[in-house]
Amino acid sequence: MTTAATVSEAAGNSEESSPYALSHLDALESEAVHIFREVAGEFERPVILFSGGKDSIVMLHLALKAFAPAAVPFSLLHVDTGHNFPEVLEYRDRTVHKHGLRLHIASVQDYIDRGVLRERPDGTRNPLQTVPLTEKIQSERFDAVFGGGRRDEEKARAKERVFSLRDEFSQWDPRRQRPELWQLYNGRHAPGEHVRVFPLSNWTELDVWQYIAREHIELPEIYFAHDREVFQRSGMWLTAGEWGGPKDGESVEKRLVRYRTVGDMSCTGAVDSDATTLDAVIAEIAASRLTERGATRADDKMSEAAMEDRKREGYF
Amino acid sequence: MTSTTEPTEPLSVEQLSATTLLRFATAGSVDDGKSTLVGRLLHDSKSVLTDQLEAVERASASRGQDAPDLALLTDGLRAEREQGITIDVAYRYFATARRRFILADTPGHVQYTRNMVTGASTADLAVVLVDARNGVIEQTRRHAAVAALLRVPHVVLAVNKMDLVDYQESVFAAIAEEFTAYASELGVPEITAIPISALAGDNVVEASANMDWYGGPTVLEHLETVPVSHDLGHCHARLPVQYVIRPQTAEHPDYRGYAGQIAAGAFRVGESVTVLPSGRTSKVAGIDVLGEPADVAWTPQSVTLLLEDDIDISRGDLIVPSKDAPPTTQDIEATVCHVADQPLTVGHRVLLKHGTRTVKAIVKDIPSRLTLDDLSLHPHPGQLAANDIGRVKIRTAEPLPVDSYADSRRTGAFILIDPADGTTLTAGMVGESFAAPQPVKDEADDDGWDF
Repeated sequence: MTTAATVSEAAGNSEESSPYALSHLDALESEAVHIFREVAGEFERPVILFSGGKDSIVMLHLALKAFAPAAVPFSLLHVDTGHNFPEVLEYRDRTVHKHGLRLHIASVQDYIDRGVLRERPDGTRNPLQTVPLTEKIQSERFDAVFGGGRRDEEKARAKERVFSLRDEFSQWDPRRQRPELWQLYNGRHAPGEHVRVFPLSNWTELDVWQYIAREHIELPEIYFAHDREVFQRSGMWLTAGEWGGPKDGESVEKRLVRYRTVGDMSCTGAVDSDATTLDAVIAEIAASRLTERGATRADDKMSEAAMEDRKREGYF
Repeated sequence: MTSTTEPTEPLSVEQLSATTLLRFATAGSVDDGKSTLVGRLLHDSKSVLTDQLEAVERASASRGQDAPDLALLTDGLRAEREQGITIDVAYRYFATARRRFILADTPGHVQYTRNMVTGASTADLAVVLVDARNGVIEQTRRHAAVAALLRVPHVVLAVNKMDLVDYQESVFAAIAEEFTAYASELGVPEITAIPISALAGDNVVEASANMDWYGGPTVLEHLETVPVSHDLGHCHARLPVQYVIRPQTAEHPDYRGYAGQIAAGAFRVGESVTVLPSGRTSKVAGIDVLGEPADVAWTPQSVTLLLEDDIDISRGDLIVPSKDAPPTTQDIEATVCHVADQPLTVGHRVLLKHGTRTVKAIVKDIPSRLTLDDLSLHPHPGQLAANDIGRVKIRTAEPLPVDSYADSRRTGAFILIDPADGTTLTAGMVGESFAAPQPVKDEADDDGWDF
């Protein structure tokens, strides 16, 4: 039990000995919870983008904590590329069921089947997510859309706001973004516009993993080392499958790998790894010389401004 | 400091989880070597990874540059790379064994005061860069003034390019003395001057072999050790209510909790509290810190307070200790930085967001505008344009429990919003501008500036 007296004493001490210094994970957690509660207080129809990837899993965990013992006052939205890892879809459905949540699905395959979107020559479906996402936001009238994007991921994201205003086409205009001062987030928007909200803005990949370990958060098993049939394309290990690989000249082999990010199978690469536990994964990331997107994402290798361009068009 | 001098040695899992967080801002222009300093901090702490460095090398080569231009690491937008300028605040992340750092890297151009203000608003520390050959210039004074206005607790003066003045102690000492005198006058509580060469690496991460006369810390050593926790004993405790948690389930039929992030100070179970602006009182019956019951909680923890009495409390209210409640007022005098392209004018009808409450307000008067370069005052400017700093008088439609910004950076701050299109117009700080007696040239009338 801490008393008022120790508060005063702590003032004179260095912070390492002060009981009132928060660890960086506590500080980041508190900031994210504050962001969730601001949105709950100021918006009508918020939704959490939930892919079953680690960042969206941490987002959901934080949202559950922010409103406990009440239920999370948001539904979930998954943009399903049709090329998802089956382990991740299984995890998604189990999680939704476990917490009694409502899941919306925007299906890229559906848009392709209807002829609205066309498959790209390279088979990558990540850029195709933007239209189904935007139309779902419009049709469901979502006014706040939580994304798991982090500023450490990519240099265009380093300039993203926590509250990021999007027009009715979901477009991001860096010059229209509002300065964010103190913790005073401005969520005002016109009808038809919405705000993308990034509670993990200030987290790094390592923070996410440390937090997963601290909170004992369950993840889809593909994040841990396992034997997998893969083939090499553009320097990445891709999973063989119906989505379009391997092509002629690409040969399949079995390797011990894990996924550092989880996205569309057609553009998310596995990394060689023998890390089967959280501690091993954390040690591996701390020692890695590649960023997670550099190591695993084909879509970001397209050009110097690939992410910036996709963000402008309404991507996550 | 093994971890900083041997960056290739990975930190252990235990080391990584036992660190605190420091938010700091850098101010300075490319000419001062700011990008080089930031690049070196990131690089030497292993925060620039191979693929990022390769991308910078490719981009530098395609521009015909011989060496990788570390400025490209921080310029994220296409327009910035094309024009070779930094437009926006960029946030950078790095870590050592002792601490995690969030760096708000702000451009130093005259027209981007708002970026500096934005970066400084959440910073515990600001690094101001000067070129040792030029010393304290107009821009340096502007950066010191922003740090003072935003009440950044710690300021580092990094006197860069010491290699170009033959590492002379006298050059450093003169600049440090001039800056310290100026910033102290403005009320900056702690100033640390460090002679560095970002390019050569002197005193950035490792101690310089070229400046035996300097016995202080390197920039990184200082960042790792500067205290970030507050003197809670002297802070007003403040909890802006964000959301009322009422599960109304069979398991929790009567649970009613007031959720928010403690903006300042500490709350304890059993403490008498007052809810503002209503003035109703109760006692703290319990504190939930994200699922864990606690006897005491402090800033910046996100908590849920449970009270003994079932009183009417909703989002926008402020819970404070009954013995330390601020007065509520509808008339606010403040120093503001205007951040929008359209000007702020007398008579402007706006929304004011303070804590978790947003109210209608009107700009009653703009008594003066301040020039940051020389702190000269311009009475009754009629309007404030983008990047202007000035004094304003505001009348709010409802009473607000505001603190002086000098006492509480979070509950003394507000933003003004355009009700028509939602633009964030202005950043405001309640009360006096600077902590110290007026350093200002007295060419203006004394209307407005209460030093």
